[in-house]
Amino acid sequence: MKRNIRGYVLLAAFTAALCVPASGVSASKGLPTSVGKGEGKLNLIAWEGYTQGQWVKPFQKKTGCKVHAHYAGSSDDMVTLMRQGGGTQYDGVSASGDASLRLIYGKDVQAVNPKLIPDFKNFIPALKSPPHNTIKGVHYGISLQWGPNTLLWNTKKVKPAPTSWSSIYSKKYKGKITVPDNPIQIADAALYLSKAKPSLKISDPYELTQTQFNAAISLLKRQKPLIKKYWALASDEIGLFKSGDAVIGASWPYQTNTLKADKVRVKDEIPKEGATGWADTWMMSAHVQHPNCMYKWMQWVSTPKVQAEQAIYFGETPANTKACSIMNKLSAGSAQQYHCGASKKYFNSIKFWKTPISKCDNGKNDCMNYSQWQQAWTQMKG
Amino acid sequence: MERRATRVALTAWTVLVVLFLWIPLALILLYAFNKSNVESWPISSFTTHWFHAAWNSEVRSALWLSVRVGLTATGIALVLGSMAAFGVARFRFFGREAISFLLILPIALPGIVTGIALNSAFLAGHILLSTCTIIVGHATFCVIVVYNNVLARLRRSSPSLIEASQDLGADGWQTFRFVIWPVLSTALVAGGLLAFALSFDEVVVTYFTAGAQNTLPLLIFGYIRLGQQLPVVNVIAFAMILVTAIPVLLAQRLVRDAGLVRGAGAAAH
Amino acid sequence: MYLASLVALFLSSFWTVDPFTSVVQHIWNVDNYKLLWEQSAYHSIALRTVGIAAAVTAADAVLAFPVGYFMARIAGGRSRAFIFVAVLLPLWSSYLIRVYIWRLILDHDGVLNWSLRKVGLPAANIGYTNWAVWLIFTYVWLPFMILPVYGALERVPDSFLEASRDLGAGGWTTFRRILLPLALPGVIAGSIFTFSLTLGDYITPLLAGGASSQFIGNVVYDSIGSQQTPFAAAFAAVPLVVMAVYLLIARRLGAFEAL
Repeated sequence: MKRNIRGYVLLAAFTAALCVPASGVSASKGLPTSVGKGEGKLNLIAWEGYTQGQWVKPFQKKTGCKVHAHYAGSSDDMVTLMRQGGGTQYDGVSASGDASLRLIYGKDVQAVNPKLIPDFKNFIPALKSPPHNTIKGVHYGISLQWGPNTLLWNTKKVKPAPTSWSSIYSKKYKGKITVPDNPIQIADAALYLSKAKPSLKISDPYELTQTQFNAAISLLKRQKPLIKKYWALASDEIGLFKSGDAVIGASWPYQTNTLKADKVRVKDEIPKEGATGWADTWMMSAHVQHPNCMYKWMQWVSTPKVQAEQAIYFGETPANTKACSIMNKLSAGSAQQYHCGASKKYFNSIKFWKTPISKCDNGKNDCMNYSQWQQAWTQMKG
Repeated sequence: MERRATRVALTAWTVLVVLFLWIPLALILLYAFNKSNVESWPISSFTTHWFHAAWNSEVRSALWLSVRVGLTATGIALVLGSMAAFGVARFRFFGREAISFLLILPIALPGIVTGIALNSAFLAGHILLSTCTIIVGHATFCVIVVYNNVLARLRRSSPSLIEASQDLGADGWQTFRFVIWPVLSTALVAGGLLAFALSFDEVVVTYFTAGAQNTLPLLIFGYIRLGQQLPVVNVIAFAMILVTAIPVLLAQRLVRDAGLVRGAGAAAH
Repeated sequence: MYLASLVALFLSSFWTVDPFTSVVQHIWNVDNYKLLWEQSAYHSIALRTVGIAAAVTAADAVLAFPVGYFMARIAGGRSRAFIFVAVLLPLWSSYLIRVYIWRLILDHDGVLNWSLRKVGLPAANIGYTNWAVWLIFTYVWLPFMILPVYGALERVPDSFLEASRDLGAGGWTTFRRILLPLALPGVIAGSIFTFSLTLGDYITPLLAGGASSQFIGNVVYDSIGSQQTPFAAAFAAVPLVVMAVYLLIARRLGAFEAL
């Protein structure tokens, strides 16, 4: 057995020798004022579809930064991945609003200088310093794209066309409803309750007191027997609608477009209660190893052409208003379809995802935080 | 020997089970030609477009990574697994039973337990997740596959063979070359092959031990998630069966006795 | 190293997480286990996981035994080799895509319902239910059961069966008194895989499950995602304990020799 033990010692030594490169570079204080030469490499955590060869290849050619992308399965994944290896593993992340505050408060990402991003001035005003990535005037990332969480239905099976979120809580479509498998879905319930039950006085669906939170959870518990499946992947929902397993549900424009392209009779709308939405931000790790490449990347993905390409590929809306005309060139009518350069009124009808934290806007510390949301969601699904 | 009715029933049952195993695989092939990226039944139009699409740089680099990880993990497993098997089979020592029990754990424990245990160990040791942490993660269960194969073979071969060889004046190397190696080689081939197969298709442990790299299964999961290029996944899966059929058939010829079977039994992860 | 990380994981289940920064604090407590104990939702998740794992194991054993017997005792060399490869090859095609294809087979307008309609039967509609999860697990892990069962049956000497017959035992008695006890280690060995693989999986329930298909693995995965690592570790201890007990029993029955 001695040999054997020696074997494991060897394995451990082998691991240590191979797996422990020099440890991380510490983040420098103060914002950079210029972007230096690229480091030749860039490690990103991205949503699938955010690092397509279509715009990554020209970037690599132009900057010499070789992009390695790791696709995250969920916002929770993104936070976990960003903390790996003391945060030195990845240079940046395309965080959605339900992860960005966690990353900021967890000190996983660092402030960036928007002055180094030439296209920043063309962003729609609401996405220059949105509350999900900018705190007290400090920018912790550069907005990328956004989109609403819409109500999607099969026009052949669901008549008359629904106008309210109440249809996904109604027995009428029992067993044919699908909603995202994401704790942030509690906010959708809260948003609906803010209109349906004004007595709860819900003003922000992401800042819920215990009473408001319980009301949302009990609504979701009543909804559970009506649900066919909580979809986890975008392709889940596409499959459900295509096969007829679901006829109505909460969705992203991406699914609607894919289904329409496949000639499934579907339509999506923002119901009268308004909708939640997501807005993604490229954020830079607090322990970034390739800062210049990361800045170059943020510059690149903010340019109108890349913004338009990504918007059309994924089915979302660019932050850069200059991208709208290019979108229409790439695919006629797409800018209107995605509300590119949306009016303030449209934009304000969407309650963008942000991480629930204990500290409410009312200054009290009595709101439910994200881990409570997550636990309640798991327990509700049972 | 068995009654005719029993034989017919057993044959029919076996045919049904093989069909049960293969009909889904046939469908995977069929969907590889599906024109639409939204998969539904019956398939309305066909194309060979996805076969070109599947051979892109992303797939190639993931494939290459998976091959590298599989080969290295298998290599480590062959060395450590056979050493461990020798130790347990040939020497009696305190705690031998306990060790043979512990060595079973990595395949018996759910992958998610192994995955998060290794993940937190790497984090605690400030080890960056990289290709080699994937290799270490895979090696944990690959070692066991080899260990089980070799141990089973050693148990069935009699230790008196080695003694006889020594009595007849063979030195250590000769004994190894002419007595131990012929007995072991097929077990090693079988164990190695299965270890590689396991590593090649591993998702859960890989997920928790991978850094900014995508192995082929992780890439496939990514493709499934958004569903833009689903048929590409079918092409990959099907190509995999075709390519792996060759080593499996070869090994099957090579290992005519039960060696491969026992290995396969131990192959789970 | 592997063991050390397991122990560390187990220890971490007694720690707690700062709710604001999500940093793990090394304060010893049993809150995580208390939460598991008190919330009935976690009980039903654990029961569902263990129950489906057991059902998968049983189904695989039933499916595999005749095949193993056929391979070991009836099939000729060529057809044995053929079946052998036919059983082994599916393991090499991606697990993910095999799960995914089943989803397409089982869903509302899928191959299964389509075929049933063609022959005039009512639709089965088991897509996105726990039945689907059970069926898919049974499918993916089946080779892991067939191979060790075959290995065990192959080693039963013909003379045993002949002796049993000569002594006047009927087919059923021979099966029950001779074959089953001798093949049992193989079945147990196979069951270690089918059972533990099902216990630890989270991808099949995620892809193919319905509204109530959460497994322990899913909760562990989600908890890690929301930085509740100690809670995840506590829940991961459940399959760990279940498997440890199962292995001890398996060892008693001599299954390790048959692995």
